[in-house]
Amino acid sequence: MPRTVKLAVIGTAAGAFSGLLGVGGGTVLVPLLVIWLGFGEREATGTSMMAIVVIAALAVSLQATYGNVDPPNAALVGVPALAGVVAGTAIQQRVPERAISLLFAALLIVIAIELIVP
Amino acid sequence: MSELAAALLGFAGGMVGGLLGVGGGILFVPALAIFLDQSQVEAEATSLLAIVPVAMVAVWRQLGYGNVRVRDGLVIGALSPVGVGIGVVLANEVSQRALELIFAGLALLIATQLVIRALRPADRAPD
Repeated sequence: MPRTVKLAVIGTAAGAFSGLLGVGGGTVLVPLLVIWLGFGEREATGTSMMAIVVIAALAVSLQATYGNVDPPNAALVGVPALAGVVAGTAIQQRVPERAISLLFAALLIVIAIELIVP
Repeated sequence: MSELAAALLGFAGGMVGGLLGVGGGILFVPALAIFLDQSQVEAEATSLLAIVPVAMVAVWRQLGYGNVRVRDGLVIGALSPVGVGIGVVLANEVSQRALELIFAGLALLIATQLVIRALRPADRAPD
């Protein structure tokens, strides 16, 4: 499969999950970049964030047309998150790449349990 | 108090996001739904707004660390609108429960693959 087609498939899948579940799509992007395109873990996370900027901006614009977006609440969780993300990326540079994969797998399992248990 | 809890979950979401390359929505959505009393679909929509600046800051930091393939990221983003459209429409139309279970199944499948890959001897696949 041509590389651009793979990127398109990844973008479509990430976009669908982003729009559907209100996440950036990184849960789909990171593992697919690692498993399917052979990215290193750190590269996959950095590139994922680049795509998330575009995907989340598109998704929130579309959700806004349904009147579902609450900017003050977004600021309440999003502003502290800016400090969190600076800390998180700094910590990531000091962690072995395999540990990132295993942590990511743990995150996915927690998410799955959270979704399955009503 | 619930505002404080939501803000703390926001910080944690950003931290997990930075560490793992996700936007943090996985913690933003429950923070908004549980502590700020938004419905599931409203929490999802509001989460997306919070994610945009978080991801921008992450890109800025990761560019400094040399971890961003800018072109690939932009190509993925540029080719995502069909998926985004499908996802947002479904989120507003379809039974949330079925979709949650599908996503959970996919998450477990991917987790299994990541664990298998991380525990294998180093033989990274070429690009």
